[in-house]
Amino acid sequence: MAVLVVADHDNSAIVPIVLNTVTAAAAIDADVHVLVAGSNAGAAAVTAGKIVGVSKVLHVDGAAYEHQLAEALAPVVVAHAGSYSHILFPSNTTGKNVAPRVAALLDVAQISDIVEVVSADTFVRPIYAGNAMATVQSSDSVKVITVRGTAFAAAEAEGGSGAVDTANAADDPGLSSFVGQELTKSERPELTAARVIVSGGRGMQSGENFEIIEKVADKLGAAVGASRAAVDAGYKPNDYQVGQTGKVVAPELYIAVGISGAIQHLAGMKDSKVIVAINKDEEAPIFSVADYGIVGDLFKLIPDLDDELETQDIKPR
Amino acid sequence: MKLLVAVKRVIDYNIKVRVKGDETGVETANVKMSMNPFDEIAVEEAVRLHEAGTATEIVAVSMGVQQCQETIRTALAMGCDRGIHVKTDDELQPLAVAKLLAKIVEQESPDVVVLGKQAIDDDSNQTGQMLAGLLGWSQGTFASEIALADGKANVTREIDGGLQTVAINLPAVITTDLRLNEPRYASLPNIMKAKKKEIAEITPEELGVDIAPRLTTLKVTEPSQREGGIKVETVAELVNKLKNEVGVI
Repeated sequence: MAVLVVADHDNSAIVPIVLNTVTAAAAIDADVHVLVAGSNAGAAAVTAGKIVGVSKVLHVDGAAYEHQLAEALAPVVVAHAGSYSHILFPSNTTGKNVAPRVAALLDVAQISDIVEVVSADTFVRPIYAGNAMATVQSSDSVKVITVRGTAFAAAEAEGGSGAVDTANAADDPGLSSFVGQELTKSERPELTAARVIVSGGRGMQSGENFEIIEKVADKLGAAVGASRAAVDAGYKPNDYQVGQTGKVVAPELYIAVGISGAIQHLAGMKDSKVIVAINKDEEAPIFSVADYGIVGDLFKLIPDLDDELETQDIKPR
Repeated sequence: MKLLVAVKRVIDYNIKVRVKGDETGVETANVKMSMNPFDEIAVEEAVRLHEAGTATEIVAVSMGVQQCQETIRTALAMGCDRGIHVKTDDELQPLAVAKLLAKIVEQESPDVVVLGKQAIDDDSNQTGQMLAGLLGWSQGTFASEIALADGKANVTREIDGGLQTVAINLPAVITTDLRLNEPRYASLPNIMKAKKKEIAEITPEELGVDIAPRLTTLKVTEPSQREGGIKVETVAELVNKLKNEVGVI
């Protein structure tokens, strides 16, 4: 049976983590379909059909799906579930919100945040903030899964030829409605998609002080992140948070500034290719995972780093 | 308005967990256990709604071994009115917990069920959404602000790109995110008072719920360890290494 990927999108574009989810789906079965449920989301459905490896797109249109609220979206997924052995969601806030509701309606378990497909019924997922890896086997007829994006390569966004079929909507239970949203406006790349990330922790001492790492980030074309401690202290909003309860990232370069390296933070970034730590405490646990560490005062080192990048003419890639 | 709060007993936030040598799980013997931090936030929010006069009664529920009653006592000391302990020594997976909670909801008829968004042991982030699905209720997940009025809740949610506000009908399930509030410490007099509060015991069998696990854990292993690298003295040296040695900038 085919595998269904439930796409996250904004009605015009597909969220990048869907590409990684498609790769995970293809590791289960070669026949990968994508569900795009939205409002006037034809463009998103066409985009989904171009993803390499996608053989078919189910396009469901209706005003109730504009913001992908779980109450309206879950019944649509359930209505189409009968044709699939697996239903995959990206493990982002949309997928995490909807997938368990779908699983409960189907009376099956949900498998969270898989990082490896061992076989069609067996998967590896992190537990305890990634301090242990559990290999779990599902006995359910339909496997409802969320996929950790950083653990799977992104499928090619262009070059596929999936047919877009219009599919049936489901009754809107009318339980919830969208009121509004405040999205962080930034010219910088999105955290989970960034090639380079510069993150600040409690050592930054204030939200204003993040300006110095933002300057460095802009020279590197980097996203800016924060530790939970920095978010708790109110320096940055929660959507900057990297860690067990925030975002999980695996960029090519992760620069941790004034972050001690609590296990909950390491859980969110330890799969980065190269890690740099800048901290005044040479005993800080962050150094045990860092490829390159500098011990010293970040308020001197970061401006120095900024100057050095300037001198060496380092530009964003 | 009546509130139900679900609290889970987990390995304490500050403990570095160790995988057992036989790969069957993680070491829990003689390890400090505490209330799941997100559930503390759920309890705190419920207690604040009580103090504000919005809620009239808060029932705290926990499920699992006998010692879960300690976790319920903590919730009672923080300000919940009474407790329910669903007692079992068997493994409980999120779907089973959601089904058990759904039965309790049938008995207690709360207006809102508040839970932590995820437990820091299995990191599933499922139970609240599953419960809402089973009950056919609305769900306000990852809440950083809750405003209750006129049979609705306006819930501000932490989403990937920022914040989203949804209006959800009551009754509803709400799961808490970090910034919703800062949980209080129970005062000594309140800890003493909590000892007198009632905790009812019930079993999954009595609730008529099949709790058989759907997932079998084949093994639990250590994650691949990352080796620490080197210390460099200057930022010039750092930039050189990043540029020439590993080529990431």
